[in-house]
Amino acid sequence: MREEVLDLLAEICEDDVVKEDPETELFESGLLDSLGFAEFLVELEDQCGIVISPSEVERPDINTPEKILALVEARR
Amino acid sequence: MSYYEGLAFFLLLTVALVVAAVLGTLELSLKWYGFAVSLLYVGLVFAGSPTGFAYFLFFCVWSVGLVKGYLAIRAKNGRKERIYHVFVLLSLLPLVLCKVSPLFELNLFGFVGISYLTFRVVQMIIEIYDGVIKEVSVAEMAAFLVFFPSFSSGPIDRSRRFLADLNRRLPREEYLELCGKGIWKLLLGAVYKFVLAAFAYKAMGYLETGTAWYHWVGYAYAYGMYLFFDFAGYSRMAVGSSYVLGIETPDNFNLPFISRDIREFWDRWHITLSHWFRDFVFTRFVMYSSKKKWFSSRLQRACAGFFVDMGIMGLWHGITPSYILYGLYHGLLLALTETYQKKSKFYKKNKNQRWYQIASWAVTMQLVMFGFFLFSGKLMELIAG
Repeated sequence: MREEVLDLLAEICEDDVVKEDPETELFESGLLDSLGFAEFLVELEDQCGIVISPSEVERPDINTPEKILALVEARR
Repeated sequence: MSYYEGLAFFLLLTVALVVAAVLGTLELSLKWYGFAVSLLYVGLVFAGSPTGFAYFLFFCVWSVGLVKGYLAIRAKNGRKERIYHVFVLLSLLPLVLCKVSPLFELNLFGFVGISYLTFRVVQMIIEIYDGVIKEVSVAEMAAFLVFFPSFSSGPIDRSRRFLADLNRRLPREEYLELCGKGIWKLLLGAVYKFVLAAFAYKAMGYLETGTAWYHWVGYAYAYGMYLFFDFAGYSRMAVGSSYVLGIETPDNFNLPFISRDIREFWDRWHITLSHWFRDFVFTRFVMYSSKKKWFSSRLQRACAGFFVDMGIMGLWHGITPSYILYGLYHGLLLALTETYQKKSKFYKKNKNQRWYQIASWAVTMQLVMFGFFLFSGKLMELIAG
């Protein structure tokens, strides 16, 4: 599960740094934006069957891979 | 009476906020007090307009009915897309009638606040579909709808955030800190709106009489400054008043004139509007079109998303050529920015250089000011001669 989500994130951010450093900042660094996040949510639903609403979480709650993993984990 | 205008409004505001500060300092709940003051303001604002009041009452009953009805249906039937779309359209209906009716020389649902109140209702319907909102009491929804500091023109708050603030009781020290910040924002907002915006307005009046090109350029800048100080001033007063009532309404502006690209501009200008559109229009359009495979690439999807997002934003301001053009103009700018930043090697190489950032800032400001010029309706006047 963890691997799957990280692979997905790396594919969308087009950067493996999200796998190497799960504490890396995603939005300020330009790795992820509204567009990438939307596509991440679509893929997450497609591949893992987990539905997260785009307005449900605030940016500061999902600004590192680790935080996203925790959110996904809580939804399983 | 109008919101944030005239002596009567501000006298009542002063009294209302002093009482709130006393209650808050005593660590008493401000929940129903804020609601009561909001109702009093609704009564005073609509006192001169029985038709407006009737529309407003109908709007409230309609919206509460839709939200409660959809909660029940959603709980019973689950995530059904078609029912969801019907409810979103029904919640938009009063606003659509309000915006479309002037084209037929009618004035339906024209009451103060309808544009902004609609955001609150549509957000609730969408989040009920998402399963994020599972329960809302009629009284709390009413408190959210009529909350007076942001009733007429925002900032656009979200129901879950608002209700969490409404139902908390702050310890004295925390409340006093919030209250102090609120009073500061209220005063600063008043200076923005009544001093600086008034000054820019004077400049506009002077430049409007000129016919040379530099008068028009000057007018665009003066108008931009006027828009900013007037609306940022109002927003700040609204946020400040909310704080004193224990509600941390989100800020609407954050130094928009330091933005280095158009994207950043929309993260700093009318923030609660652009973030609402980001969360409820752009992201959803991108997700939906991605599922339905309408476009062959991410970039196309994003660009279409920007046009839809900003186009609707323009229409929301009003169905006039100027507003529609303004929306499409910003859609185009965002699409171009996205394409350029994703494709250009030059951008990737230089984006962190100081000279590049200064140049990018200077270009962005001209684009922004031209957008205000479109928004002001002046360009259309010039074209129409």
